[in-house]
Amino acid sequence: MAGKLKVSTVSLAGCFGCHMSLLDIDERLLTLLERVEFDRSPITDIKHCSPCDIGLIEGGVCNAENVHVLREFRANCKVLVALGACAVNGGLPAQRNALDVGEILQMVYRTGHGLAPGSAVPDDPELPLPLNQVHPVHEVVRIDYFLPGCPPSADAIWSFLNDLIEGRAPRLGHGLLQYD
Amino acid sequence: MDASELDRILVQHRREPSQLLQILIDVQEQAGWLPPDVISAIASALAVPRVRVESTASFYSFLHTQPAGEYRLLFSDNITDRMLGNTGLMSALCEQLWLEPGRLSEDGLVRVDTTSCTGMCDQGPALLANGRAITRLTVDRINEMAHLVRSRVPIGDWPPEWFEVADNIQRRDVLLDHRLSPGEALAAALDRGAAGLLAEIERSSLRGRGGAGFGSDIKWRSCRDAWGDAHYVICNADEGEPGTFKDRVLLNSYFDLVVDGMCIAGLAIGSSKGFIYLRGEYRYLLDRLQARLAQRREQGLLGRNILGRGFSFDIDIHLGAGAYICGEESALIESLEGKPGKPRIRPPFPVTNGYRGQPTTVNNVETLALAALIAVRGGEWFRAIGTPASTGTKLLSVSGDVARPGIYEFPFGVTVADVLQAAGARDTLAVTSAGAAGHCLDEHEFGRRIAFEDVATGGSIMVFDRSRDMLEVARNFAHFFAHESCGFCTPCRVGTVVVARLIDKLAAGRGSPYDLEEMAKMHVLMQGASHCGLGNTATIAVNDMLSRFRSVFESRLQSSEYEPAFDLDAALSRARQMTGRDDPGAHLGSNLSAIDTHRHPPDWGDATYAPFPATPSPAKDEQP
Repeated sequence: MAGKLKVSTVSLAGCFGCHMSLLDIDERLLTLLERVEFDRSPITDIKHCSPCDIGLIEGGVCNAENVHVLREFRANCKVLVALGACAVNGGLPAQRNALDVGEILQMVYRTGHGLAPGSAVPDDPELPLPLNQVHPVHEVVRIDYFLPGCPPSADAIWSFLNDLIEGRAPRLGHGLLQYD
Repeated sequence: MDASELDRILVQHRREPSQLLQILIDVQEQAGWLPPDVISAIASALAVPRVRVESTASFYSFLHTQPAGEYRLLFSDNITDRMLGNTGLMSALCEQLWLEPGRLSEDGLVRVDTTSCTGMCDQGPALLANGRAITRLTVDRINEMAHLVRSRVPIGDWPPEWFEVADNIQRRDVLLDHRLSPGEALAAALDRGAAGLLAEIERSSLRGRGGAGFGSDIKWRSCRDAWGDAHYVICNADEGEPGTFKDRVLLNSYFDLVVDGMCIAGLAIGSSKGFIYLRGEYRYLLDRLQARLAQRREQGLLGRNILGRGFSFDIDIHLGAGAYICGEESALIESLEGKPGKPRIRPPFPVTNGYRGQPTTVNNVETLALAALIAVRGGEWFRAIGTPASTGTKLLSVSGDVARPGIYEFPFGVTVADVLQAAGARDTLAVTSAGAAGHCLDEHEFGRRIAFEDVATGGSIMVFDRSRDMLEVARNFAHFFAHESCGFCTPCRVGTVVVARLIDKLAAGRGSPYDLEEMAKMHVLMQGASHCGLGNTATIAVNDMLSRFRSVFESRLQSSEYEPAFDLDAALSRARQMTGRDDPGAHLGSNLSAIDTHRHPPDWGDATYAPFPATPSPAKDEQP
């Protein structure tokens, strides 16, 4: 495996759509695997990063666990990439930012319809606490590149990764940048 | 407001949709704000969609679509006002009135807030009381003001000396010492005729005084040659650049020369109609200026058949309403047409497609006054003053840490050091050369010359001595632009806010070198990608400060690693409160300690890894 770049990927407060888009590079995945080796990623099911060359972060930061994972990636990845709209801007999960998270918890677990009697806000220490607001990843750690799109197209991801692998500054031309 | 009063205002403005902004300003002066039913009434009277009225009403800072109080007190918040202590005075006033800044009092009586530079930097701290300028605020004045507001004394009955605005002319040259009688320049221009006049302007090499320095003869000739049903002259008196107040003085004490200049421009381009776009902050000048225009009409110096020479030209004054962007000529024209002041896509330029799509020349107040001088004394005389590439004199508005703030008229080519010396500056650390939108110079550059070919300037010279914190200056400028961006294009709308937040982060002691890098990147991006001059210039001064006073910024950095702008642990506060948890997993440390941990990851053991303790908490077991 010598000479291959190591890549880690994760989805924080995202929908895995960006990972689906990564898989959408289809048979080019085989070509990619000649150049890179996946470390922590849903593809490998490895639970922790070891030192890597590239880290791809899908999704924003909505809870304490996201913060820990993001920090682990930052500490281990030479190049950290915000992949897709939620990582770049907070995206759909950030729509809750206009509401108070305390009131949301209250409504979901205490006062909402159809709850069992005595329902309470879960306080199990195994559960990560939600942050007051959902943040884009660059508000929590330093990010080297931003790849916008919901999701970024397979071609955009392919072109971006190839640029990085070849040691070029990534540049998305016309047609590869999509914001819708 | 009753229907007849509204009708009077509408009739006065001929129910003309292009008068919309002026109608809204007049209505608000009567009603204190713009209630929804009045907006609907105006829309139907002008036969325009309601959203059009609303979009104009909501664009301008001085127009209120919510109740704004009987007393609307806006502190000028330029850095020079800050240096004179406006922040303390404002909190003192708020305290005495039991108010939060920016919020209307419970009884609807008074609201205290800040506004962008009101052009009183030589006699600050200043504020606007229901649009009227009050200068030289002191603790005593603030105490008395609180008393007057509480006793509901009308602003018209407040001590008249509060409203005094001094010219503060510190150095005169050919312009401020002109000794021409009203109409004399206009008569000279009529003698020369349009072609002769344009030849003299060309010979003078007069360049626009707003800061960009475009050749006035080229502008006037292109406008004259452009085909159109009508041609227009616009005097840009929307002097919004922080730290500049020269137009205030020209309009106050040299108004006849300015009007002569406008008539001369009309003669040159073949126009019979001019507008003065007066910034809302100078509302206090309006009545006097209108009266003087009326007088001139009686004296045959304005209107039909001026001086009996068959030349007709008349002038309307339009008020702005607190939008810096309207100093940009195409935004100004939009505003003049009653719309939100958003810059147009150029080309076409106003000289061919300006006001109502017709050829229009937009000139700075000072440029027009100088054109009047040239009409009398000739281009050769003018060209002998200044430098070959920057002819004539320049009015400099000098404020900040100087013994004698005010207006200085110097021939172009004067060094920054000479200006500083004349103004009595001591121990100077930095000087802005063109307000918040221009370069910021340090002591190594004080030998440079004020001229278009060296230090180009619209005239706003703000001086900072060694006691000043340049980070606070940068922060003031960044917030100014974030507030004044018109919101039309993304690079400027978002970029100005990003820069302001980064500086806030630095000021809060959460900065890292990456934030400085990000600011530098934002500077490059905004310069290249913004729609108009506002975005293109918004980061120039801040970027200069970053490079010239880097140690000031670096000394505020918390660490060499990236730090979030917010407290992560505090961001879990609501969830902690709702769950009653206080275990280690319910807290987050700083990035620094965390990254250190991850460099040497603890051995959690793969299968059992969880960032949170996996043992069930006693609290859980106790629950039913």
